[in-house]
Amino acid sequence: MDISNFLAAVLTLGIFSFLYKDNPVYRACEAIFVGVSAGYWAIVFFFDNLQKKFWEGVFPPDGSAGDHLLWFGAILGVLMLFRLSSKIGWIARWPLAFIVGATAGLYMITYFVSNAMNQVADTMLSLIVVNDVTGSIIWTQTIGALVVAVGVISGLVYFFFSKEHKGVFGATAKVGIWFLMITFGASFGYTVMSRMSLLIGRMSFLFRDWLGLIG
Amino acid sequence: MIPFEPIRLFAFGGFNVPIVISLLIIGGGMLWLLIRSLKAKEVDRRIVFVFIFAAVSAPLLFEITFDETATPIVKGVFEKIENMPERSRIVIAFDFDPAMAPEVQPMANAVIRHALAKNHRLIFISLWATGQALMDKTISEIIPAEFPQKQDGIDYVSLGYKAGNEGVLNVIVSNVKKMFPTDVNGVPLTDIAIFNGVRSMKDVDMVMAVGGGKPGPKEWVLFVGDAPGGPPVAVGVAAVVAPQMYPYYPKQVLGILGGIKGAAEYESELLHNYPRFAEQDTPGLRMMGPQTLAHVVIMAFIIFGNLAFFIGGRHKEKRL
Repeated sequence: MDISNFLAAVLTLGIFSFLYKDNPVYRACEAIFVGVSAGYWAIVFFFDNLQKKFWEGVFPPDGSAGDHLLWFGAILGVLMLFRLSSKIGWIARWPLAFIVGATAGLYMITYFVSNAMNQVADTMLSLIVVNDVTGSIIWTQTIGALVVAVGVISGLVYFFFSKEHKGVFGATAKVGIWFLMITFGASFGYTVMSRMSLLIGRMSFLFRDWLGLIG
Repeated sequence: MIPFEPIRLFAFGGFNVPIVISLLIIGGGMLWLLIRSLKAKEVDRRIVFVFIFAAVSAPLLFEITFDETATPIVKGVFEKIENMPERSRIVIAFDFDPAMAPEVQPMANAVIRHALAKNHRLIFISLWATGQALMDKTISEIIPAEFPQKQDGIDYVSLGYKAGNEGVLNVIVSNVKKMFPTDVNGVPLTDIAIFNGVRSMKDVDMVMAVGGGKPGPKEWVLFVGDAPGGPPVAVGVAAVVAPQMYPYYPKQVLGILGGIKGAAEYESELLHNYPRFAEQDTPGLRMMGPQTLAHVVIMAFIIFGNLAFFIGGRHKEKRL
């Protein structure tokens, strides 16, 4: 029997045992998972970030000129460790501020283009879609465009709180709530599918790779 | 390997015994639960787990699969790969970890098989440290066995993992070599045939981003696909992320393979168009049997819960 498969199966069953109730085997498996993950990431970050990116960037193995700007990142990284001290922990706020600022800057234009401008453009659809050749209405696409238009407008109305939700305005907001509920339902359905896939993956491993019950 | 055959309740003029047994066991138990719920008796959560276990195990053990037909959102990806000229360059991003692999690995496998069968060139890349091992495993399992004539550096290349998250994408969209001076084996990109004429991601013909976390498919759309002159991007995502990707379809993404259903649809389309893959494993299609039955059980529980709530008169109880 493959020892790695056996170990993986025992750990899988150990985690599954939580479904019955909390127990020491589950906690042991959980601790092993956390420990192995932490060790894996520590090694990956050491070799990929510190060695490959920083050390080989500053002192290239081929003897070419190093990129000394990387020292800036290294110093910020060291400053991050100051949060371990209660007295001078405030110094760690500087690298954090840099990360927040850099990330915000990186995403600002991208989000504005992709999630604002392009999304607005994509929402402005022809409400009646006509086949260019035959001139007939393509009903499926027309209904789709109408659903998008009604969904966007009613959804926006629901989130407009400067006017009381009464009369036509209130009715439109209620339609917006229905669209939101359907969206949440679809999201929940997809989440169930996602979690089931993980369970099926593990069960498949137990039946196929470990027990050899299926081909 | 499981041959691709849709399941039928009535097979060969008689009952399909495995599925009938599964349905009887699960259906009988559900009926018992319904009666118990209507009598307003509590149902232990572990009973629910037993039903989910049965709903997942039975189709796996009896190898029950369902026929799948590709929807337009999946077909968009298939047809793009199918209709691109031979030797087109496709970037395959492996932005996932072993926990997500059961869901998205089948998509990656199917797309790789399809692209290589169409004689396209593949560039593998990962923004997840855990993605590189999965990428190496995929390449070593699929390419030498099924496409022995394909050569590393000419038909495919792995750039490996690069730390830096979306910062990496922000750089490679204008200069690949700046972030990846060599491939995963240390060969300079200037010596790799696939990269002749490729300066940035704008010079590739398509990106297939497979993943479900951050950075992942969404970041490929934002930083690469939507960049001026960016390549068309298709995504294969874990189902939990799929609803977030739908707003980008069809203008900002070519198509979406959402969860195991998307993978199964792609596999189905591949098998119908390329019978040579009939002998290969189709995990997406294989997982749709348990997936379907588990969903039926969950839907039944939701209905039972609501029936018990309304028929049992609990909706009239005053709440704080």
